[in-house]
Amino acid sequence: MKHLLSINDLSKVDAISILDTAQELARVSDGPMKKLPTLRGRTIVNLFAEDSTRTRISFEAAAKRLSADVINFSAKGSSISKGESLKDTAQTLQAMGADAVIIRHGASGAAQRLADSQWMSGSVINAGDGTHEHPSQALLDAFTIRKHLSKGASDLAGLRIAIVGDVLHSRVARSNVLLLSKLGAQVVLVAPPTLLPVGIESWPCEISYDLDAVINSVDAIMMLRIQMERMSELFFPNAREYSRYFGLNIDRMKALKPAAIVMHPGPMNRGLEITADAADGARSVIVEQVANGVSIRMAILYLLLAGSQEIGGRYDNS
Amino acid sequence: MSLVLPAPDLTRALTRISHEILERNAGSSNITLLGIPTRGTHLANRIAEVITKIESLPVQVGTLDITLHRDDLRMRPPRALMPTVIPSLGVEGRDVILVDDVLFSGRTIRAALDALGEIGRPKTVQLAILVDRGHRELPIRADYVGKNIPTSREQSVVVHLTELDGVDEVVVEGGPE
Repeated sequence: MKHLLSINDLSKVDAISILDTAQELARVSDGPMKKLPTLRGRTIVNLFAEDSTRTRISFEAAAKRLSADVINFSAKGSSISKGESLKDTAQTLQAMGADAVIIRHGASGAAQRLADSQWMSGSVINAGDGTHEHPSQALLDAFTIRKHLSKGASDLAGLRIAIVGDVLHSRVARSNVLLLSKLGAQVVLVAPPTLLPVGIESWPCEISYDLDAVINSVDAIMMLRIQMERMSELFFPNAREYSRYFGLNIDRMKALKPAAIVMHPGPMNRGLEITADAADGARSVIVEQVANGVSIRMAILYLLLAGSQEIGGRYDNS
Repeated sequence: MSLVLPAPDLTRALTRISHEILERNAGSSNITLLGIPTRGTHLANRIAEVITKIESLPVQVGTLDITLHRDDLRMRPPRALMPTVIPSLGVEGRDVILVDDVLFSGRTIRAALDALGEIGRPKTVQLAILVDRGHRELPIRADYVGKNIPTSREQSVVVHLTELDGVDEVVVEGGPE
């Protein structure tokens, strides 16, 4: 595996190996010494053409814990804001000797374009491209769910997971549906019809327009952010109506199964898709998702960058 | 292929190593055995079993994965990480005995020393090895050796253990005898 662009590129075995690696690496983050020498001398570029707090900092923390050098590069304050093309940016990064580029871009397929081109030779990691995919987020969500609910199993077989809200604009939802179903979970998307993308019938999941009909049957509920910045049309009458029908509030919390967990990829619109008492309650694993994100990203960087790309190096067992 | 350590000799070697560990450390109260995956883990467990029988006291035993500290990561495809299990008393101030199957270049042990340093500061670190095959590339030696087997670089030493391979034996494969 050289790049991480889409959940579709991963087999079930690959995905489980990333989760297992993250589990081992999580112990490092808990230990007294948080730094490992594994990626010493590797240069990783955080190329963020779209705003991000969690993902960028999380990748940066992960890279630093593995002793890689990190160069942060955001659209604001770089030549991207002067209109430099992705190609020229990539060639610049190549000339500086980047071993990997973590890219967040507003255009769906930007990461794929970068990986397929001959512009640079390093690994490409998709940190969110338009409304397409966000594979590292899905992996950290699967990791969080597995940790709380799988009872020691390596996959998520038998679990039922609801993803609620703005599926249309959500790369998190798409990556999660692909990954969670690959790992054996049953996924149900809950949203108003206006916030579901065309072609949703072909996704490996159920669809519901009624949160109250679904909520008592799920083991985990993942609330999606209403993406105001991508909303050019009117998708629902007003925010109050949306939160009445699709928001997670204290009454709906009572309908959840006793062991069910509440998730949100962040950033949250408190009071819109999730109320403060749901977000901060005992079942919420939202803060833990962030911590798990560092472990998952360490695992991704380790698996993509630590070894040689060509198979067949000799291993002597001392 | 030649059989250099049949099952009964392997068991005797581990029994002798156990006694040597106890003699050197004046009992088992301050020792912590850490096996290096995968075969070192099983060897550490077996030594722990023997020591427990001799002393009639449980002994601290765990596992130390050293993958993230290897210096040859770049030369090979990425390896899966194995669990690290540090026993309840930790390593701080303990006499830690690293256990592995084959001692060759010494690079694994260097990595293990680094990995151990991140967990704590043991009083002493000692090394128990089933087979020392020579060809060291670093100034590292074993404190307890099951058997010294002179080999050429072209040969490979294969350790089989019942837990994993269904049989206890050490064989030398390939190369001129």
